[in-house]
Amino acid sequence: MDAKIVIDDIRKGFTRKGETLQVIAGLSLNVKDGEFVAIVGPSGCGKSTLMKMISGFALPDSGAVRIDGVEVRGPGPQGIVISQHGSVFPWLTVRENLMFGLNRGTPAEKRALADHYAEMVGLKGFENAYPRELSGGMLKRVEIARALVVKPQILYMDEPFSALDALMNLRIRNELLRILQEERHTVILITHDVEEALYLADRIVVLSQRPTRIQRTFQVTQPHPRRLSNAQLQQMKDEILSELGLDLDLDASADVVEQRQA
Amino acid sequence: MDKLKNKLHNRLHKAWPPLLLIVALVGLWHWAVVTTQTVIFPTPQQVLDGTMELARDGTLWQHIGASLKRVAAGFILATLVAVPVGLWMGRVGAVYNTLNPLFQILRPISPIAWIPLAILWFGVGDVSPVFLIFLSAVFPIIVQTANGVHTIEKRYLDAAANFGVSRRKMFRQVVVPAVLPDIVVGMRISLGVAWLVVVAAEMIVRSSGLGFMIIDARNAGNRYDLVIAAMVIIGIIGLLLDVGMRRLEGLNSVRWRYGR
Repeated sequence: MDAKIVIDDIRKGFTRKGETLQVIAGLSLNVKDGEFVAIVGPSGCGKSTLMKMISGFALPDSGAVRIDGVEVRGPGPQGIVISQHGSVFPWLTVRENLMFGLNRGTPAEKRALADHYAEMVGLKGFENAYPRELSGGMLKRVEIARALVVKPQILYMDEPFSALDALMNLRIRNELLRILQEERHTVILITHDVEEALYLADRIVVLSQRPTRIQRTFQVTQPHPRRLSNAQLQQMKDEILSELGLDLDLDASADVVEQRQA
Repeated sequence: MDKLKNKLHNRLHKAWPPLLLIVALVGLWHWAVVTTQTVIFPTPQQVLDGTMELARDGTLWQHIGASLKRVAAGFILATLVAVPVGLWMGRVGAVYNTLNPLFQILRPISPIAWIPLAILWFGVGDVSPVFLIFLSAVFPIIVQTANGVHTIEKRYLDAAANFGVSRRKMFRQVVVPAVLPDIVVGMRISLGVAWLVVVAAEMIVRSSGLGFMIIDARNAGNRYDLVIAAMVIIGIIGLLLDVGMRRLEGLNSVRWRYGR
């Protein structure tokens, strides 16, 4: 049993005017330690609700999320969320932001650690800058560094790069891969960008329309760095798009390792 | 260098129309007094002479000093009370629900309406004006601060919760800095109101302040030149106070809120 995160038949609904809208309907998923799982789904399918439950910001109506066998009951520093809009504190400098999550150690140690991670994400020389002085791409790096500096076991990324322009998006993806090679984190990425998922993830989980279940799972075995023009990845992209309801004329390939979910 | 020159040029360019307007109004005033041959309303020159006379014998500075001191005392007291109360109301729903209705009733009561009670409780010394200034300044800061806490973006609170920081750190590094721009806005509004109220409050005090100067100048032989002098000085000091408070909005710790 080497599962890091166990999502065990979680359900979540919202009640409005006496009517219950089932958002997540019995979803189970195991994520291995160090695995990078991307979750894609049609818009409005409850991806963010799912992420909130995995990261502990919301509790499921039934079922449970367990990390290392311990049920998740709230957010904590073992898993840091990086979201679309970002949450770098605008009133703190880059260094102060990186030091924010460090609860132990002397000020000098915290500072050294913060500066180390600032350098790792390419922000050396900007330690004393305020967020308003940085570009969108740099802000995203601050956020990634602030998450990494507390050495979380898990990174929860909720459409982290969708607010960036296309070029910066590609650049940050590569940086993330480089960092992940240095420090092996378990990552759950929620995205609507199929290419982003194919480029980064070890496994891609496609969700269904509401009420949300896992519709299909794809294993991506190509080594990094990946080329999205690769035939197998192209094939897989078409299939994922087809699962998402964009039907293209295609015939399933045996080269793609896939598992149909019950 | 060219940039600086341009900036200066721009400022000068912007300063022209308002200056011209003021000069034109003063000219109109002078012309009106001369043509109507009024004996009681002074010319601009007479106002200036009266001001110089008071400046020379020192009473002008005494009055300005007295007013500023009262405003400072009332305003600082109000800030010291209002910021903690506002933060408390913002963070704890029960406190907000308990205090807010009371404050909403007290807030629209003009400080002028409190004058009889102020005299009854504190007499006509220095305490009454300070009390009235406190009353006028405390509510804007409380309201702005509590509102500021309520409008902290959830993503920042979530991020702080995610890192599992202590309540103390949450308060000092997230809540207070996030609300600081609102506190500064509340303080600026309060100081403006306090300066308005000081004149009224000083009309009940026996011996000093710009408000007293106005009443005294009228009572002591219809010195309307000094009445107008005091009014102009009140206006100019009010402007300077506002400029000073706006400077606060340029501080690094609050600038993030007011755009780049």
